[in-house]
Amino acid sequence: METNEMILEFDSKSENEGFARITVAAFVARLDPTLEEISDIKMAVSEAVTNAIIHGYENKPGKIKICCQIKEDVITIEIHDSGVGISDIEKAKEPLYTTRPEWERSGMGFTFMETFMDHLTIISEVGKGTTIVMDKQIQTNKE
Amino acid sequence: MKQGKKINSFFEVIGQCLIIRISDDLDHHKVLSLRDEADGLIEKERIKNIVFDFDGVNFMDSSGIGMIMGRYKRVIFTGGKVGVASVTDSVDRIFRLSGLYKIIEKYDTVKEAVELL
Repeated sequence: METNEMILEFDSKSENEGFARITVAAFVARLDPTLEEISDIKMAVSEAVTNAIIHGYENKPGKIKICCQIKEDVITIEIHDSGVGISDIEKAKEPLYTTRPEWERSGMGFTFMETFMDHLTIISEVGKGTTIVMDKQIQTNKE
Repeated sequence: MKQGKKINSFFEVIGQCLIIRISDDLDHHKVLSLRDEADGLIEKERIKNIVFDFDGVNFMDSSGIGMIMGRYKRVIFTGGKVGVASVTDSVDRIFRLSGLYKIIEKYDTVKEAVELL
């Protein structure tokens, strides 16, 4: 089966959050998504990238890698950082739970990723880094 | 509407109301650029109510929610309220999903928000 992939690596800086959203949206554009589907994907990417910057690298320098793969009508997005890792993944996924309330983090990042994408997998190791894998089927056969 | 005091392209004070013009995607990066100045003005101008102007804003993620909730927590101490105006469909969806409309008001325009808050 034919697949289409792209890999993007950039500095862990907040000014790259918008860039990451637009780049992934541009890559998925050839699947002819609806505005809502693009919005969903940009949202999920934004949450994951922001997490990598704030939590993964704790606002210090680092590299974030995004791998996207299109297979038929499904886009799979992997967002990877080599930061501090998540010690309790189940706790992190709890809605409204955040390790940084003092930074006004709403604790809704993973909830939004789960809401807007079809599947979400969190792979993380303390001291090594975190990889977020999420996918979404683009409803190409729109009646 | 009372005469406003325009601070810069992002902030305006009308009476005890602070208007925050977001103009761009409301993400973590944008929040960093707005938050400290907003808090400084809230204190200096003795702000009671806040209106977030979402005109032209097509994107907001949970960082935006965090910023709005943070400002809400600040103003409720003095009986203040938070409103949002000119909300686009995509942003409206996020507000509804997050349940934020339980604590903030939505208005069609900034003018309406300032008058009714």
